[in-house]
Amino acid sequence: MDTFERVRKIACDQLSVEEDAVKMESAFIDDLGADSLDIVELIMAFEEEFEIEIPDEKAEKIRTVADAVKMLDEELK
Amino acid sequence: MRLKDRVALITGASRGIGAAIALKLAGEGADIAINYANSACRQEAETVKKQIEAFGRKACIFEANVADFNQAAAMTDAVIGEFGKIDILVNNAGINRDNLLVRMKEEDWDAVLGVNLKGVFNVTKAVVKYMMKQRYGRIISISSVVGVAGNAGQVNYAAAKAGILGLTKSVAKEVAGRNITANAIAPGFIRTAMTANLPEKTVAETLKFIPLGRMGEAEDIAKGVLFFASEEADYVTGQTLHIDGGMLM
Repeated sequence: MDTFERVRKIACDQLSVEEDAVKMESAFIDDLGADSLDIVELIMAFEEEFEIEIPDEKAEKIRTVADAVKMLDEELK
Repeated sequence: MRLKDRVALITGASRGIGAAIALKLAGEGADIAINYANSACRQEAETVKKQIEAFGRKACIFEANVADFNQAAAMTDAVIGEFGKIDILVNNAGINRDNLLVRMKEEDWDAVLGVNLKGVFNVTKAVVKYMMKQRYGRIISISSVVGVAGNAGQVNYAAAKAGILGLTKSVAKEVAGRNITANAIAPGFIRTAMTANLPEKTVAETLKFIPLGRMGEAEDIAKGVLFFASEEADYVTGQTLHIDGGMLM
């Protein structure tokens, strides 16, 4: 699975949305119905799935799926 | 058995109100993580552990100073490692360093705020992460009647105990969507080591203000904790239960 697919799976589990609904440009809050606590949980789930620690200043910038994928790819380098 | 197979972490559980809470919850089927800070209390913690095991429940002891952020986090991880989950958190650990404001030392303020208020922040922050994941949690923090009414000689203690109420209500709002409740209990004048050394005159004076006419027992507080931890309080959050014989109305 590439990063997008892993992020999509986590988003589906966490936010109870269908896979089709999660696109690169989807915004977690506006399009996928996340609230601020969901975002925190998503970040925690990313940290677990990718076995990394995401600093707060980077976590705060994540708005869309693409933002998350880009940030994770950078962290994984 | 109102708490069958639940896991409860109770801070300051080696004696006094904390020990009574530990035994009460264990008696209703919960496994108990006993926290204490002062190595002088090790023996008492061991006694509580044995009493819990006599109920056929599991008990483990975790020495940690809740006022220390890292110790609180490490303790929480250790409890998860041992029990696999934390369903119920009872923030009970507390100290007092009473003095009139004009005579109170800065370290008296810092020590009491550190354990009684920051300790609640430290442990709750560490535990709530796991509760959010499991979509279940019961957070019960022990405040005090003086946190609501104030008390001469206890500006530090009263400030910390009032702080717990604000913290509790805010946490309740933050995590309600994850099926986690947060409530507080405000004990009145309870017979424990903390009140054992008060002058007879002070006790007699205080009793005048208690309509039920007696000091409370640690068991009275434990009953309130059991209520908040049980299914009966599923729809109750952000509340303060005053268990004080009517001292404050």
